[in-house]
Amino acid sequence: MTALPTDIREVASREYKYGFVTDLETDAVPRGLNEDVIRLISAKKNEPDWLLEWRLRAYCRWLTMEEPRWQNVHYEPIDYQDIIYYSAPKSKMPGPKSLDEVDPEMRGMFNKLGISLAEQERLSGVAVDAIVDSVSVATTFKKKLAEVGVIFCSFSEAVQNHPDLVRKYLGSVVPYTDNFFATLNSAVFTDGSFCFVPRGVRCPMELSTYFRINAADTGQFERTLIVAEDGAYVSYLEGCTAPIRDKNQLHAAVVELVALERSQIKYSTVQNWYPGDAEGRGGIYNFVTKRGKCAGANSKISWTQVETGSAITWKYPGVILQGDNSVGEFYSVALTANRQQADTGTKMIHIGRNTRSTILAKGISAGHGQNTYRGLVKVLKSASGARNHTQCDSLLLGSKCGAHTFPYIEVKNPTAQVEHEASTSKIGEDQLFYCRQRGIREEDAISMIVNGFCREVFKELPMEFAVEAQKLLGVSLEGSIG
Amino acid sequence: MLQIKNLHAKVGDNEILQGVNLELKAGEMHAIMGPNGSGKSTLAQVLAGRETYNVTGEVLYEGKDLLAMSPEERAVAGVFLAFQYPVEIPGVGNLYFMRTALNAIRKQRGLDELDAIDFLDLAKEKMKLVEMDQSFMSRSVNEGFSGGEKKRNEILQMAVLEPKLAILDETDSGLDIDALRVVAHGVNALRRKDRAMLVITHYQRLLDYIVPDRVHVIANGRIVRSGGKDLAVELEKYGYVGLEQHASARSIAVP
Repeated sequence: MTALPTDIREVASREYKYGFVTDLETDAVPRGLNEDVIRLISAKKNEPDWLLEWRLRAYCRWLTMEEPRWQNVHYEPIDYQDIIYYSAPKSKMPGPKSLDEVDPEMRGMFNKLGISLAEQERLSGVAVDAIVDSVSVATTFKKKLAEVGVIFCSFSEAVQNHPDLVRKYLGSVVPYTDNFFATLNSAVFTDGSFCFVPRGVRCPMELSTYFRINAADTGQFERTLIVAEDGAYVSYLEGCTAPIRDKNQLHAAVVELVALERSQIKYSTVQNWYPGDAEGRGGIYNFVTKRGKCAGANSKISWTQVETGSAITWKYPGVILQGDNSVGEFYSVALTANRQQADTGTKMIHIGRNTRSTILAKGISAGHGQNTYRGLVKVLKSASGARNHTQCDSLLLGSKCGAHTFPYIEVKNPTAQVEHEASTSKIGEDQLFYCRQRGIREEDAISMIVNGFCREVFKELPMEFAVEAQKLLGVSLEGSIG
Repeated sequence: MLQIKNLHAKVGDNEILQGVNLELKAGEMHAIMGPNGSGKSTLAQVLAGRETYNVTGEVLYEGKDLLAMSPEERAVAGVFLAFQYPVEIPGVGNLYFMRTALNAIRKQRGLDELDAIDFLDLAKEKMKLVEMDQSFMSRSVNEGFSGGEKKRNEILQMAVLEPKLAILDETDSGLDIDALRVVAHGVNALRRKDRAMLVITHYQRLLDYIVPDRVHVIANGRIVRSGGKDLAVELEKYGYVGLEQHASARSIAVP
């Protein structure tokens, strides 16, 4: 036995407890992608012409684009003709009016996930939009939210009931031309959540979307759009799981946030997609574009993410700081164990004067996990007095994993202040021995040290989510020592 | 309580302990003194279960084979090491850390775990012993603590965990005279009939405050002299080198 990672052996196994499949009858379109499939999706959703045109423009654009290869992850080429682009649990048709109408199988599935829709509605005070495969199956608390003027519904419903709002803001932050996966999403997106908080309203409860991929060979392409008008406030939570399947599944979502003057949007994610098995078979490819725009002065957007799942994670939730004095924040914990790979970080684009951004990224690598932080801080000429502080910390467990940091800094204004701090550490044998000498089992000690490492990020999460995130890290690291 | 027989410890080809023999009874306090590199700290680490060393020999703790136990099993059985260099654990609250440790031990012993409120009462009581301010409790384990604060924190943990065998590894190093007095007071207050202590130190000055029952001098991985508390005084007078010469001179003198 020699020094450290001595004891932290191979990540042996890690149990994924959400890996069950629910037997739901589905209504799906044929495998593959072409113009007809897009027309079919649009027709199924009874969409207005402008939206179909938007999709088709995106599709034409996508055909000319190349899949990005610059990211520090490796995977077999994706066969885009082998994906089913639309799958809906059948009982959904034509759509439940209330929770009582939701398919019992489906309610059972959500209960198993620990998200009882009915209970959520009655007890927890969190409004939930539940999305299975391609469609939204239930949104809770709608009525109570409507009383204060907050619109919270599935994207499809928003297209039907609030087409002007959707048309105004869709693609205003992530245009359909943005990048390969966002453009694909624009062509084929099936559902998602829509949230609109009107002027001066503080959303009275946490809003939450729960994503679940159930059907096999299905891609999930959801689109979330959140708009906060002047002086509005909303806190939004997102959770995700998927069954254990030995084939990789693609999840290419787009999230757009629009914050107008003095408004604030707080967006929290606990991502627990199926990560694949110990040999790296199966798991979700999580290729997601998330971006917020602080369009108005004194607005604020915060991203907090805890990423423990997915075979591959590729996402850079960013903020365009357009309004003067606007604030962008990014707090992240990304864990890669087994053969997981993550290339994640943020983009902060400073345009307005005195704009400020904070980036705190914590990467944890175990097993053969490869964890990359990639971040862009860009200060345009107009952004006098802009300030950024970036801190990237990496923690390594064992000797076969990796941590990488790629910070990009572009500053065009001489009054800007940009700071970058980075650290890489291993869980020390000293730390472990100290804990064990006090009677704390090795596994508990690792979990405690890792949680301590992440504390600054966890404290940004809403309370219940923080507890869940801690548990999730514990579970994800189980068996990471021999 | 503790019997060490012919204990050897190696790192690679470097044999650090070369046959240590020692017996410690409940209620006793023994001091181990020796120059740098003599193997004092290695002895402490080996007894606590550090896996860096290749260990042979026999150590019986309450009649059980201590060397066969994992570090956490030893802790649960009542073995405590006050570290020479207490380790920092960023982001983990000191109070939380101590409660987790105490509860891990209590759980193994079939006792109820203490909740945060009960534990706070207990910790406050023990903190008086080492004159520690409550603000330490909300800080991360040893992070940003001064040398003296770290050592006091070790004694506090000892007070909270109530071990049967406490090993104090150079608890006096890096302390100013006031901190030394506080730490020594804490250690003395924790002496019990059913508790044994092994105090490892460089200097005699700690022994002005903590009076051991026996003093052992370790050199080159072996105990070369054992005696009463006066041995420490002798050591102070002649130094380690002088003591060896003194000793060999004596052994020559005695036929």
